[in-house]
Amino acid sequence: MTALSLKDVSITLGDTHVLDRISMHVDQGEFVSILGPSGAGKSTIFRLLTGASPLQTGKITGATHQNSFAFMPQRDALMPWRRILDNLTLGLEVQGIPRKDARAQVAPLLADFGLADFTTHYPAQLSGGMRQRAALLRTIVQGRSIQLLDEPFGALDALTRTHMQTWFEDRWRTARWTTLLVTHDVREAVALSDRIYVLSRRPARVIAEITVPIPRPRLGRPPSAAAHDIEAHLLETLLHQTGENP
Amino acid sequence: MQHPVPRQTGRGLARGIPAVLSVVSAFAIWEIYVRLSGISPLMLPAPSRVLDQIVQNRALLWNNTVPTLKATFAGFALSLTVAFGLSIVLDFMPRVRRALFPIFVVSQTLPLVAIAPLVVLWFGFDLTPKVLLVALVTFFPMLVALVDGYASTDPEIEDLIRSMGATRVQIFRAARFPSAMPYFFAGLRISITYAVVAAIFAEYVGARAGLGIVILNAKNSFRPDIVLAAVVISSLLTLILFAATALLQRIVLRWRDVEGHR
Repeated sequence: MTALSLKDVSITLGDTHVLDRISMHVDQGEFVSILGPSGAGKSTIFRLLTGASPLQTGKITGATHQNSFAFMPQRDALMPWRRILDNLTLGLEVQGIPRKDARAQVAPLLADFGLADFTTHYPAQLSGGMRQRAALLRTIVQGRSIQLLDEPFGALDALTRTHMQTWFEDRWRTARWTTLLVTHDVREAVALSDRIYVLSRRPARVIAEITVPIPRPRLGRPPSAAAHDIEAHLLETLLHQTGENP
Repeated sequence: MQHPVPRQTGRGLARGIPAVLSVVSAFAIWEIYVRLSGISPLMLPAPSRVLDQIVQNRALLWNNTVPTLKATFAGFALSLTVAFGLSIVLDFMPRVRRALFPIFVVSQTLPLVAIAPLVVLWFGFDLTPKVLLVALVTFFPMLVALVDGYASTDPEIEDLIRSMGATRVQIFRAARFPSAMPYFFAGLRISITYAVVAAIFAEYVGARAGLGIVILNAKNSFRPDIVLAAVVISSLLTLILFAATALLQRIVLRWRDVEGHR
């Protein structure tokens, strides 16, 4: 079942043509990545979906309401003045759910996210990886149908990032959140996705759509030959795309 | 070995030593100079004489401290309320901000020496003109701090909470207002140091009682020792208010203490 579909979506911001007839879809329970060079307009797609930017031309069907999406920004955006538990319930509070009920909804998930002992800590007291887990839980707990993750592991150091990706794959395999991930990390896209859309430089077009048929779990073990081939193919596509070379 | 708490306190005390030393030696030098030079106490009274006057005139000083404190608190409460209310209005209506902000800036250019007698002329010798003058002097630093504080909100946090479907009011309450708190306290600390001085100045211009009146009368009867006694009281009041503000800040901004403390 298609959870979300974009058809011929174009965006011009001022004089810049950012998105050029983007078409893509996400199925229920599917993990889809948008892979592209920095500044290609990947995040613009998210702004469009969350209603931060208006749709100019094209059509979005399936999950069209702002309330269908939970958004996780690049940096964790945890509020430094709120304790972790109060950061986690923020989305539910905004929905008008009383604090007590919101906390009850978060409580059973704390252990899986490794946050059970840190609910009364302030974000500044947590490591980068833990903050990122908190930001992810804050996203998940909103109970929206589609999770939008904007380079969620981009700000972490290489070792923490690998840990987090492995942990995340594990969580995703049990929960199967319908997920749209924006990344410029080829390896991350191959490791986590069912399908990958490759975007060109600005104005962004979809220049490839690749299915990743590798069985899960893919992380926490030596990368398979198939994963290597797909990574190589994606890099090739990104490096030899049409348009100006940097 | 780790003794974080005692070490912290020990360091705090040690840090205070230079300040105490410099203040004590300044008074010592003053005392010694007065005694050695034999200068008339009508010109320059020694610190010991000022202290003596505080003890002797404690009833007079106390009776006149109460009205000054009343004016200070009432004026500060007024200015806090107005600054908060206005800052919220200005945050929600950028056009109003552009229209009104120049007026607030101009209000700070008015010389108090000229304005105070006029305010007393218009509102009489009672509490009202003093409250108004304290408010006039103290409200601007707080207003600027709040308005700047709202604007300092992390755009990623605002985008995030907006993506959750928050209304403008929810964004203000959950994101913009808490973001402004560190700024607000910076403004509050500046304001509070002006408050007592402004109240005393207003009394000096015209009032029935207050530390300003004590200073005025003592000056007219050539009693610099009583002038200085009143000055000491007024300084103490400001210091106490400042300390109270700092304490309040530590409680409200507790989350800042943990930063860089991983």
